[in-house]
This record gives sequence, C-alpha cells and structure tokens, in this order.
Amino acid sequence: MDINLENILIRQDDFSLRANLILQKGTTAIIGPSGGGKSTLLLAIAGFISLESGKILFGERNLTNAAPAERPVTLLFQENNLFPHLTVFQNTALGVRTNLKLSKAEAEFVEDALIKVGLGGKSKRLPSELSGGQRQRVALARALLRDRPVLMLDEPFAALGPALRHEMLDLVAQIQQAQNATVLLVTHNPDDAMRVAENTVVVSDGVATPPVPTEALLENPPVTLASYLGK
Amino acid sequence: MKRSLLAAALVTIGGATWAETPTLTVYTYDSFVSDWGPGPSIEATFEESCECNLEFVGAGDGAALLARLKLEGARTNADVVLGLDTSLTESAKATGLFAPHNGIPDGLTLPIEWADDTFLPFDWGYFAFVYDKTKLSNAPDSFAELLEGDATIIIQDPRSSTPGLGLLLWMKEVYGEAAGEAWETLSPRIVTVTKGWSEAYGMFLEGEADMVLSYTTSPAYHRIAEEDDTKAAAIFGEGHYMQIEVAAKLAGTDQDALADAFLAFMASAAFQSVIPTTNWMYPAFETAGDLPEGFSETTVPEIALLIPPEDVEPIRTEALAEWLTALSK
Amino acid sequence: MANRAKQIDRFTQVSGLAALLFVALLALGPLVALGFKADTATGLTGADWAAVRFTILQAALSAILSVVLAIPVARALARRKFFGRGALVTLLGAPFILPVIVAVLGLLAIWGRSGLVSKLMMSVGADRISIYGLAGVLLAHVFFNLPLVTRLILQGWGRIPTEHFRLAAQLGMRPTDVFKQLEWPMLRSILPGAFLLVFLLCVTSFAVALALGGGPKATTIELAIYQALRFDFDLGKAALLGLVQFTICALVAFLSLRSVVQSNFGDGLATVVERWDVSAPLLKWQDGIVLTSVAVFLGAPLLAIVARGFPSLPNLPPSVLSAAVNSLTVALFSALLSVLLALTLAGLVDALRSNQNSLAKVVEGVGLLTLAVSPFVLGTGLFIIVRPVADPFALALPITALVNAAISLPFSLRAILPALTQNRKSYGRLGDSLGMAGWSRFRISVWPNIRRPLGFSTGLAAALSMGDLGIITLFAPPDVETLPLLMYRLMGAYRMDDAASVALILVVLTLFLFWVFDRGGRLGHKS
Repeated sequence: MDINLENILIRQDDFSLRANLILQKGTTAIIGPSGGGKSTLLLAIAGFISLESGKILFGERNLTNAAPAERPVTLLFQENNLFPHLTVFQNTALGVRTNLKLSKAEAEFVEDALIKVGLGGKSKRLPSELSGGQRQRVALARALLRDRPVLMLDEPFAALGPALRHEMLDLVAQIQQAQNATVLLVTHNPDDAMRVAENTVVVSDGVATPPVPTEALLENPPVTLASYLGK
Repeated sequence: MKRSLLAAALVTIGGATWAETPTLTVYTYDSFVSDWGPGPSIEATFEESCECNLEFVGAGDGAALLARLKLEGARTNADVVLGLDTSLTESAKATGLFAPHNGIPDGLTLPIEWADDTFLPFDWGYFAFVYDKTKLSNAPDSFAELLEGDATIIIQDPRSSTPGLGLLLWMKEVYGEAAGEAWETLSPRIVTVTKGWSEAYGMFLEGEADMVLSYTTSPAYHRIAEEDDTKAAAIFGEGHYMQIEVAAKLAGTDQDALADAFLAFMASAAFQSVIPTTNWMYPAFETAGDLPEGFSETTVPEIALLIPPEDVEPIRTEALAEWLTALSK
Repeated sequence: MANRAKQIDRFTQVSGLAALLFVALLALGPLVALGFKADTATGLTGADWAAVRFTILQAALSAILSVVLAIPVARALARRKFFGRGALVTLLGAPFILPVIVAVLGLLAIWGRSGLVSKLMMSVGADRISIYGLAGVLLAHVFFNLPLVTRLILQGWGRIPTEHFRLAAQLGMRPTDVFKQLEWPMLRSILPGAFLLVFLLCVTSFAVALALGGGPKATTIELAIYQALRFDFDLGKAALLGLVQFTICALVAFLSLRSVVQSNFGDGLATVVERWDVSAPLLKWQDGIVLTSVAVFLGAPLLAIVARGFPSLPNLPPSVLSAAVNSLTVALFSALLSVLLALTLAGLVDALRSNQNSLAKVVEGVGLLTLAVSPFVLGTGLFIIVRPVADPFALALPITALVNAAISLPFSLRAILPALTQNRKSYGRLGDSLGMAGWSRFRISVWPNIRRPLGFSTGLAAALSMGDLGIITLFAPPDVETLPLLMYRLMGAYRMDDAASVALILVVLTLFLFWVFDRGGRLGHKS
C-alpha cells in the first residue's frame, strides 16, 4: 500500500518538519542527522503525533486523524518493544489478541512466527533472559503476525554488531517480500540502506525529501547529506 | 514575656545568672501560664513583693502535671506544684515528694470543710453539662432527666482527663451500685469521648453535640469575655461533683521560705481576685471585692458532691471498669 | 553480569553506621529506658488486648482503603492534562503535614454532626450523619494518607516507558488489557510498600482515634500507652505496650518489605503520560468525577480551616510572633538534621546494594524503625535518659529537631534512595573512571540528581516538625512556646476562635516551608 504524505507540516515546540512525498511498496530507508526528525516522521505516520496541517493517506483512505490502532501500521521502536513480565510467547501473541486468550490454531501461528525469526525453542523465556538481538526478533515475530501493510522500524538494530545486523536486515527483507509490505526503516547507517532499501528519504533541516533510489543518492549525495556522510 | 527557643537554650547553657535573685519554680498546667490565664498578673504581683524571680512551668494538664513530677522524681526543679485536683492528691502524696503546709489561712470560701494537711485549695468549681440555650430548649435539670432524654453529649475520657474522671466519680456518687447501668443508658447519647477538655469543648462549640461536660462557670466566660449570653449550665437536682484545685510545696525544695510565702500569697485576696476572670473558676479564699457581674449570675448547685481523697482510688478503679464495660457494648 | 565487590569507602561506612546506630538507639533506647525505670511488672489486661485488636483492624483497613482509592486518582492524574493539575498535585501534599487536631476539626466542619454534609442531608429530609466510631477513624486516616499513596503511585506511572503505551495503542489494546499488561505490573511493585507505610502511620495514630473514635471501643495501643503514662504512671505497662506495638509494626514491615521493589517519592510528578487508549468519553467522565471528588474531599476541610481561622486573625496576641519564630527555628534545624541523616544512611544502603549485599535491606528496614515507635514512649523515654545527665530545657531545640528528623527518615529514605541508586547506575562507572571522589564527586555528579527528592524530604521533615506537640511539651523551657503549643493553650482557655487563627497560621507556614524546600529542589531542573 502506498503512503501519501500530502503537504504535511509537523510542529513540536520549536521544531518543524515538512514533507510532501509518496512512499511505495518495498523498503524505503530514512536517513539524516540526529535530531533531524526521522523518528518524528515515523511517529506521525503511526498516529502518535498529530499534524499541524496536511493529509496522510494510506492507499485511498485519508487517515490523518485516525487513532494509532486504526492505522494499518506496525511500528518497532529502538527498545522497550517487549513487556518485561510477559514471556516471549505472550509478547508475540499480543500481535494476535491483546487479551492473550488464544485458540489452539492461533497459538500455533505464534509458534510458527517464532520459528520463522529463529527463536524456535524460546517461547517460555522472559525478555530479560534474551540478548538485544533476540528481543528485536520477538518484536519482528509479532510484526509478522500482525501482517499489516506497513511496517516501520526506528533504528531497531542500532545496538547490534555487523553480522547480526545484516542477519536482521535480511529477515526484514524477507518479511517485506512475503507480505508485500511497505517497509520504512530509519537508520543512521548508510550501509543498511544500501543493503535492503531500494529508495531512501533524507530528513534534515526540517524537510523530508521524496524518496530517491538509494544507490544513486549515496554515490552522489547533496551537500547536507554529504557532510553527514563524511564525503 | 515570651522568649525565643534559641535564646532560652543559649541562656540556660551559658548558665546565665540573673540569679542574684532567687528563683521560685512553680509547676502548673498550661492554661494557667498562658497570656490570658492567671499566670502573668500573678507573677507580676508576687515579684513585686518577694524580691525573687517567679517562674511558672506549664506541664500539660492536671494529670500530665502529676505524671511529670513522678517522672522527675526527687530531683525535680519544682518548688511548688499548683494545679492538681482532689482526685489526684492521694496519688500525689504517695510519691512522698510533698511537704505539709503551715496551716490553712483565713478566709476560706469553700462550700465544704478542708482537712488536707499537705495541699491547699486555690480555686474550685462544679462540673456540669453546658449547652446552648438557643439550640436546646428542654435542658435536663436532673441526672435522671439526662438519662431519659435524648440530648446528645460529648464527654472526656476518665483515663486521660480530670473532667472525665470527675464525671466518672460524679455518676458513681449519684448512682452507686447502679452506675454501670446508668452508663449503659447514657451510652447511645454519647457522641464521642475525647482526650481532654479542649477538644470536647471545641467540638461542642462547633455544634457536634447538644451538651458537653464542662464547668458551671463556663457560661461566665462567654458572657464576660465574648458578651455572649447563649451558653448555660444544666443544674441537676442530685447535686454536682466538685473540682477543687490545689497546690503544695515540694519537700525537696531549696526555696522553703519563698515557697511558704507563695502559698500564703496564693490564699490572699491579691491572688484570688485574679482567678475568676482568668481561670474561670471560683476562688477558694476571699477576694478583694465581689465576684464579677456575669460571674455571680451562674446558677449554683444546691448540693455539692465530693469523694474524700483517700477513697478515690478504689472507687475509681471500680467505676472505670463499669464505664469500660458499659461503653464497649 | 557480575560486579566485583567493591570496598565501601571509609567515609560512607563510618557516617552510614553512625546514622544507623543513632536511629536504632533512638527508636529502641527510650523503650528500654522506660522498661528499666518501671518498678512493677504488669501484664496486659483484657482491655489492652482489645486495644491491640482494634489498632490492627483500623490500621489495616485504613491502609487498604487508602491504597485502593488512590489507584483511580493516580491513574486519572497520570493520564489527563488539565488546567489546575499542578495545583491538585500540590494539594496532595497538604493533608499529610497538617497538625492532626487542626485537620480533625476541619474534617468535622464538613463531616461532623453539624457539618456541611449533615446540613445538606437534613435539608433534604434525611438524618444527619455521625461518623464517630470506626468510620470516622478510617475517614480521617484516608484523608491523611490517600494523597500520600497517590503521589507514590503517580511516580510509578511516570516510569512506565512511553514505548509501552505506544505499543498498547498500536496493538489496539483495550483499557482492560492496558491495565493488565502495563499498569498492574507497575502497581504490584509499589502497592506493598505503600500499604506498609500507611499501616505504620495508622498504628501509632492517636489523636484521630481519640477525637473521632467515639469511645473506649475505639481505643488504640497508643492511647493505652498514653493512659498508662499519664494517670497510672505505669511505666512497665507503657513499655510493654510499646513493645507489642513495635513487634506488630516490625512483623508487617518484614512481610511487606520482602515484596517491595524500590519506589520513588517526589519525582516525575509533572509528567503527563501520552496515552491513546483513554480518549473515550466514558473514561474522560470517569476520570473527571474521580479528580473532582478528590479535590473536594481534600480541599473542603482545608477551606473550612481557613474560613474558621481567618476572621480572628487581626485579634491575635503578639506572642504568636515569637511562637512562630520558635516553630520555624525547630523546623529548620530538623530539616538540616534530616538531610544529614538521610544522606548518610542512604549512602550506606546504596553502597551495600552495589555489592549486592543483602544487608542493604536490613539497613533500610532500620531506617523505617522510627515509624514503628510510639511517640509517647519516645518522648518519655528520652526524658528519662536525658534528665540525669543534662537539663532538658537546654536541649529542647536539638532533641525536638533530632526526633522529628528521625521520624521523617523513612520518607526521606524512600525519596533519596532510588535517586542515589539511579545515579550510581548511570554515572557511577563514569565517575570511577575519571577518578572523581569525595566532595567534588558529590557536588558534580550526585547532587544534581538528588536535589529534587532531597528537597522534597527536607520539606517534609520541616513540615512534620512544625506540627510537633509531643516532644516539645516535655522539653520546652518556660516562657518558650511553639505554634502548636500556643494553639493548645488557647483552646484550653476557651479561646477557640483565636486557636483557629493560630491553626491557620500554623498551616500556612507549614505549607510554605514545605513548598520552599520542595520547589527549591526542583528549580533549574528540567523534568
């Protein structure tokens, strides 16, 4: 599903962000300097921040004023994605039913999702017993179950080492393929963008640029991006 | 004259000496030493003639006073204790801390004979139920009527308050063996039992009950100090229990002569004249003139009741048990 | 991750142990002194055991009520932004620091037999209400403690990560799910401690039970101790009762502390959590009703106190001034001492915690001791101890200040400890690696993070000692008065209106003092 940000303006205290762009199916990376507004953009799309002006359309539907639960979106944060007192199974199951009363069939779906992200035997563990990467996988399993058209990730693998990060990015790519989803990935690492994102949006100086092909962008970055990249 | 805590601490620590003049320390209850109590003017008058420094120490209420003394024991700084009442005198004598007085001065105006060799009275009053004339129309005029009627009352706990104890003994005197039953009959009408007189009276003034246990002289305060004529005391045909407040010299005092002088002064008109409009009780000895206007209007009970101090203790124990049983039902 | 056990530095060790010893001695010493001075061995009568039963009953019920009722209030405060929110949160701090008798009279003005509610009921033909008895005791206790528990729980809400709320919103969790998965786990860690605190406070409650209890059926252990000390002068019995009371408190403390996770105190009250599950009109109404009820419940008696005391203000005697100065002096000393006590003790506990030493919980428990001791036992016992060695009058100031500092220690600890621990976890290693130590470390690294809870607890200590009436009566030199003492003397002299005015001044000064310290801790600190 396409996400259409029609002339949106987000204002928060003394910070403002404008965007006028369309995000299409596939994976789009969002990069830019810290504090530029990358997370803000995601939060706005997810419905946690309201717009000062403009419209957000998901496909044909204008969901500018819709509550977060009404938007066809799953958002993964950098941390705190899991409830510490719930097991891996339960945390994942929240993606199916929020009161955790699952039917047998639903329970099996949950186990399947966990296997798909490589956490097969770990359903009974608590988040505190998992590593950072494993916790993010649980969040991805939940995203799998929710199966929403839009999947957004806010620097979810920032704390992981290169090998693990690549593994997780590939997993995200798999999910995108399997579900034909629109994936937005905020990252501060241009290599991540290169690896999985066909297009990239640059957020800086209060503006989010329309998506452009990643490779071209990174080989020939505009001035502000260049200084950020160190080129 | 009120001093700051700091100054007091520094002075006492530094052992400052205004002490060419001897100091007479009199322990008494708090309301005696307050600015509106008898304390200040009595202090001023006595110091004029004694060439001494009279120091009042407020130690709570009557019962607290005795407890403080027992706590301090023989090493107490007190020279004179003023403010116990007759229900406490036996217990006080049993401490062995008090010295006998030099005879009862002339001019005693108590309605009863005074036989105590240690303690001298300085004022007295009758316990009574006080009510607001504008709010209670048929005030009871006897204990029997109080028990049968439906007026609500606030009383004090006999275990922590002298008026409370007074009421306990009063009921016992009037009803004897049937006191327990009387309390049971009265119990539903008792709104609450407070720790001391202040709380009870305060709550009565706020309208929490129709009557409160206080003194026959309470209405006089309102009449004289507040020009408020609405309060009255219910006079019971069976008689009223007396509270006689006393003072005595400590056996271990180092100011023997001064203490004697103070006790003599206490019985003099100079001291006694101050009592009615500062302590709101009847003077125990003759005063300079008549009692003040609003004062003598207070109705006086015909019968005065008082249990001899020696008999108080056993009666109190028994009455207390009855009271507890009746009110715990 | 295992931490290598660190040697606790000298200063923390010594100062912490000194504070620990001091508190333990202060809490238990007077009890022992009382026991020694007793010359008869009396047992406890049936009436005494009835008092024990009643004490436990009313304390437990008060605690349960306060805690249960505080939850919806805290929740409403946590999730609604509205005009006057800050004022309401401040109002929550007021009842606790009011002198008891002042608050009781204020409550009666609303709930008494001739109070506002009775008048309303009679105007519609119903009977007037009478709260005397267990109901009155519970009412007063809830009035005092509900705000306290609300503040405690409010902090907890502020500590739930925002992401969890966002998650809940996105997952479409219903309010029941949100409660189950977000709010309940947080509550579970805070409620036992809150329950314990209120229980302890209510066990030693005295004036409330007396004024509103209605009669001997509502006798508490504290009252029995008071009577034993006053009329009977039965020190042995007082000591025994004090011991029973202490044991009960210690038992409950032990049971509750095992399930307690550190809870905060005085922090993060200003943050309103962003939530998306609560915009339903029904919920808004619910919260509105809850908040309005609380505001009225707490505010009405306070207004009654103001109304009662205001008219007589111009007539006040000049001694009010010196009484006020004395009260403030004691309060400030008390505040200073409480800071020292709390910091040293908290420092020790935190250092022990960093070594995963289970002694930490023991030390923390000792810090709670002073709440479990009867104030009468404390005062009388101290008097017995001090008198042979020094003139009690000279020591009035330090002793009153010390005792009040000790009594507010449990709250101070609860406020400062989490901040200290948090600070160590966040910046401890940094400080170590930079070789920071001693005063500069405290000033640069620790102080900025603890000034808020420190401000709160100092304000609390100051406020509590303003209302003190127990210790000062035993130790006050002649000619020296504090405001509560003056108030009582006025009441004893028929001057109720003047007493009400002094009460008003006392309340205003107390709140002002609290606000100064609490605010001072928050200045320049972005939440």
